[in-house]
Amino acid sequence: MKICVLVKEVPDAAVEKRINPSTGRLDRSGERNLNPFDTHAIEAAMQLKEGGAIDVDEVVAVTMGPETAVRALHKAVSLGADRSRHLTDDALAGSDVNGTGYALAKVLEAEQPDLVLLGQQSDDGECYTIGAVVADHLRMPSLTQVINIEVEDGKLRCERQAEYGYDTVLVELPAVISVGDAINEPRYPSLKAIMGAKKKPLESVSAADAGIEADRVGYDNARAHCADFAAPPAKSAGQIIEDEDTNETVEKIVAWLDERKLLA
Amino acid sequence: MSGILVYALHYEGQINKNSLGAVSEGARLASELGTECHVVVVGDKAGLPDDVLAGLGRYGAAKVYRAEGPEGLAQPVVDAMAQIVQSGGHEYVMFGGGLLGFEIGAGLAARLDAGVCMEVTEVKVEDGKLVARRPILQDSQVSDVHYRSGVGVIIGRLNAFELRETGGGDAAVEDVQVDYAPHSLRATMVERGEQRGADVNIEDADILIAGGRGLGKAEGFEALEELAGALGGAVAATRAVVDAGWYPYAAQIGQTGKTVAPKLYLAAGISGAIQHKVGMQGSDNIVAINKDSNAPIFEFSDLGIVGDLNKIVPKLTEAVKARRGA
Repeated sequence: MKICVLVKEVPDAAVEKRINPSTGRLDRSGERNLNPFDTHAIEAAMQLKEGGAIDVDEVVAVTMGPETAVRALHKAVSLGADRSRHLTDDALAGSDVNGTGYALAKVLEAEQPDLVLLGQQSDDGECYTIGAVVADHLRMPSLTQVINIEVEDGKLRCERQAEYGYDTVLVELPAVISVGDAINEPRYPSLKAIMGAKKKPLESVSAADAGIEADRVGYDNARAHCADFAAPPAKSAGQIIEDEDTNETVEKIVAWLDERKLLA
Repeated sequence: MSGILVYALHYEGQINKNSLGAVSEGARLASELGTECHVVVVGDKAGLPDDVLAGLGRYGAAKVYRAEGPEGLAQPVVDAMAQIVQSGGHEYVMFGGGLLGFEIGAGLAARLDAGVCMEVTEVKVEDGKLVARRPILQDSQVSDVHYRSGVGVIIGRLNAFELRETGGGDAAVEDVQVDYAPHSLRATMVERGEQRGADVNIEDADILIAGGRGLGKAEGFEALEELAGALGGAVAATRAVVDAGWYPYAAQIGQTGKTVAPKLYLAAGISGAIQHKVGMQGSDNIVAINKDSNAPIFEFSDLGIVGDLNKIVPKLTEAVKARRGA
């Protein structure tokens, strides 16, 4: 079977993220990296492939994004993906969740995967929803925030935490599963894998190649339009103590708690 | 007709508190728009008696659609809501905070080619339309989202919508037959709501000492239990460590756990992700200990200590004991 893993390039965690006031979109300059949540999805794919309970012929990394997003694909391949597919087109820039999910689904349709895996969220957009959008377009069963996957008679027995405790759900393939970061501890790529990543097949597709309808993607066609960016009501900044002498630090904490009558 | 359709999650005969908040908010907005707020529930009909559903009228619902179907899974609800919106002409659909609302709302957005906004903290009426406000970039900014689609999907942040009884009478209850899509029935619930770990009570505690991944290992909770003992409080945990099996689910704070507002919330080794923040930001005093000075938790703590919790917590326990004369 074939597993497609959706990945995304995001600003590095150390980069301060901001909205570009002239475009109303996230300023994507600065260091960028593979979304850390996605490494768990790649690792989950590799564990299914290596686990032997189900035959995995191929793991394909798929992304949508500008030219630089190739680096996220290289990282995904260095972590074990066999090849990658890059949906890139200026017409896609600024797509909202709806448009992005639709566009990714069009690329996946062409790949015909038996399983689509993705991380539980992107580090920059703070939304947990692309999996459910993609699944509806592909007409596949779907579950998000899965922390354990077992293969059972060709189906996936998935566990996740929901509103009332842990749920166990049996999901038939083909399916779309987003994984929580508790599912595994992603491996580090070997130096050889990093060096070899650029030699693995990488195919670039345009929106037209993928059969994407132009009026459903891009900033101007976003069904949900973000505007009027503002700073939230300011909360007075808390006091910060850098712990240099722990005895002194502890004394300060106790005094602080005492002042607020929390040690009564 | 137009209208607002709200999804109400239920479990063991009870409607979810965040769903009731969404119904209250939906009713408030519907009245401002001059339309009605309707509710949809999906599940085993025996567990959804008429009186419970009619009672949603107290929160302002005019009508409740009841669909017989699988419980606890998103995609059957997408089918039900899409069908009701298509025949009822609702302009907005709303969800309270929670995992299932995110999944259903996103699936519905795809199905109806609708705009979707998640983590919404506030909704207002502008020129006869709803505008959703959501915090972005780790809550450092807010953005107003305008819908440019026939239907707008609003997914609330946990605890964002206040539960309000409007004093309305019974809601009408209408059974609907849903034609479920084949893929919606290809995921089946094996077990729902399993409680992992001991049944601890954290909701009544005035003081909570909470631990996260920064503890490094399950044994890290022992030091927190000692500190909680010295302060006369209880111990809570983040989802990451509960998922890892370090601490019981009953002690979990945040998105799919408990919401608390104690007098003191001391967070040890917790980065402060939004999913955690939404469950504890109402605490009177927030103290954070974290070795990463960039951890988001310092943005909303009253006292932040940048340092090694393994060094600080045991000494703090001793000092508190000495101070309290224990």
